Amino acid sequence: MPPSVVLVTGVSRFLGGHLAARLAADPGIERVLGVDIVPPSRDMLRRMGRAEFVRADIRNPLIAKVISRASVDTVVHTALSSEPARSGGRTAMKEMNVIGTMQLLAACQKASSVRRMVLKSTTAVYGASSRDPALFDETMTPKEIPSGGWAKDATEIEGYLRGFARRRPDVSVTVLRFSNLIGPRVDNAFTRYFSLPVVPTVLGYDARVQLLHEEDGLAVLERAVSEEIPGVFNVAADGVLLLSQAIRRAGRVALPVPGIAVGSVGKLLRTARIVDYSPEQLRLLNFGRVVDTTRLRRQFGFTPRWTTVQAFDDFVRGAVLRPLLPPDRIDALERVLREGGITAGRQVDKLLSAVGAR
Amino acid sequence: MTSEHPAVQRRRRAVDRARSRVGAPDATGGGAEVSEPETRARVIPLHADDSSGRTRWRLGGSGPTTRRPAVPSPRSAEPPPATEESAEAGAEEPPVDEAAEQTPAEWEEALTTALDFLRRRLEGDYAVDEFGFDVDLTDNVFLPLLRPLYRHWFRVETIGVHHVPDVGAALVVANHSGTLPVDALMTTVALHDEHPARRHLRLLGADLVFRLPGVGSLARKAGSTLACNPDAERLMRNGELVGVWPEGFKGIGKPFRDRYKLQRFGRGGFVSAALRTQVPIIPCSIVGAEEIYPKIGDIRPLARLLGAPYFPVTPTFPWLGPLGAIPLPSKWYIEFGEPIRTDTIDPAEADDPMTVFNIADQVRETIQHTLYRLLAQRRSVFLG
Repeated sequence: MPPSVVLVTGVSRFLGGHLAARLAADPGIERVLGVDIVPPSRDMLRRMGRAEFVRADIRNPLIAKVISRASVDTVVHTALSSEPARSGGRTAMKEMNVIGTMQLLAACQKASSVRRMVLKSTTAVYGASSRDPALFDETMTPKEIPSGGWAKDATEIEGYLRGFARRRPDVSVTVLRFSNLIGPRVDNAFTRYFSLPVVPTVLGYDARVQLLHEEDGLAVLERAVSEEIPGVFNVAADGVLLLSQAIRRAGRVALPVPGIAVGSVGKLLRTARIVDYSPEQLRLLNFGRVVDTTRLRRQFGFTPRWTTVQAFDDFVRGAVLRPLLPPDRIDALERVLREGGITAGRQVDKLLSAVGAR
Repeated sequence: MTSEHPAVQRRRRAVDRARSRVGAPDATGGGAEVSEPETRARVIPLHADDSSGRTRWRLGGSGPTTRRPAVPSPRSAEPPPATEESAEAGAEEPPVDEAAEQTPAEWEEALTTALDFLRRRLEGDYAVDEFGFDVDLTDNVFLPLLRPLYRHWFRVETIGVHHVPDVGAALVVANHSGTLPVDALMTTVALHDEHPARRHLRLLGADLVFRLPGVGSLARKAGSTLACNPDAERLMRNGELVGVWPEGFKGIGKPFRDRYKLQRFGRGGFVSAALRTQVPIIPCSIVGAEEIYPKIGDIRPLARLLGAPYFPVTPTFPWLGPLGAIPLPSKWYIEFGEPIRTDTIDPAEADDPMTVFNIADQVRETIQHTLYRLLAQRRSVFLG
């Protein structure tokens, strides 16, 4: 059964806004409601077309009225925030994430019209440590339960959603664990990190980075809304990049920082409002995290169009990152080295033959 | 001629019983050994059972695969390193008159290759698999760095590479020794350089390896991953050649007096992984690695302080400081035995501890016996 009234949370941000726009462009869907506490940008509002924006706080029980009055049948929750600075500090972020979700679920539980629930979660729920297997599949649980921040929020939220699914077995619940989103249009901690001219990394570690192209992310959400596919799915692109490799592909320079200093460098970047990188994301930079997407392909029926490398290259092109060492400079350097090497080699040859002749 | 320790005999009989129950093919084809009365001392053959030559069983591979004779010729007065050198020189160098003209082209080519490599590294233009394995770096940096150690320092002689399939997955199980995992590195070089298909061995490492900064990321780039069942099974399903040292720290950190005595094989996780993926197990026996850093002592408080499983004391370490890190130049033999098939056993048996332990014991015994045989053949630790 296709959805008729869809409610999307977090429309002021990239995924929510663009998803609402895409759904609004689908004539099969009767109404699209976009909820957020801050209004989307003017550009986003124009894109959203016939989708209606409702300025509401999901932490407020008022959200229940919105849902019941519009008799919403599909709820897409994309409002989870991973960046404390953008949500007014860690406490506010946690409140928004956890309490907001609880309120939203409570409202949905009361509303008999709700048939489908889609949660945009994160692969951060698997944690990142040296004792983890190379790839996580959906059945695995983290070795250490995330002690705080974004990962802990997402773990708790998924827990509440499981509870909701038990209480409302008639609602189809889809949990999409997204890998790090990247692309020319998306703006998050990850893209800002790679936009730094000198990218701080952790000395002695080189994480495997798995990404997800913004278009693939949107397509997955759209599919989850239009088709009923309950379950938990990892959503990520094929293949991995090493952090050092990604930095080189972006034409940046890596600055390895010793483990002890990582905290203070991260804090410095945070206070300078350059990159909002939380400690758990720094842990990700140590060990990386790669997920198995077999279930996404087989069960969910979606194959990402961009590989990790392609998605990253698309971001580099789109963000117009000026490489510190442009390709023509590398060409020149290579030429010099090659010619110098050949000349030197010939000299040595001559010398050797002269010695040999004597 | 060595007579066996009674405990070993008991284990062997248990394994034989298990083998007949499991229905796995006899590893050595030595059916006569099984029925041997227990009162008689068992004879360890001085030479590998070479009558079969090449394994009849192969995984999709075809054509001649042996590059060097499976068994080293009986050692004559001529020292082995020299033979190896001359054999290689003869194989690789073109006739003399051509060589003079080709030299510039050769080094120019080498220069081009090196510059191309540097450029790829600088631009991040290389592929890394999901485990973090960087083939480009491994082939161009890691293996060339290890090769002198393999060829000239340890003068490794590899026996029975033809038992390793050309394509498809296999699980190489070997004995661990030497304080530092040099044996794993040398086996990797052996399988890449001596095997006609130039296979990359994907090592399964302890979690300590991946916890250490620097070492962990290098290990991943060289193709290793954490020794856990999900990773092992995933690698083998992808058709990779996987290497495991199931003794773990018990094996690598055992005191010198226990050399060549195989330790317990953990919980047999490697067997269940092989059973689940129906991948053959190739027993691998390494002789020579025990003597590289003879561990004559262990400073436990220091080890505990550093979070290490042991803090070795060798005749040179820590007395000589960094010089103590130089391994003794023992002569090495790496022998790959006949594969133990697992595709004849139901994958569901992977959850049956009895089957798993029986196969683990079978592998262990095979390795132990090959070790005894290789040791009996060896005349000198350093000259072979």
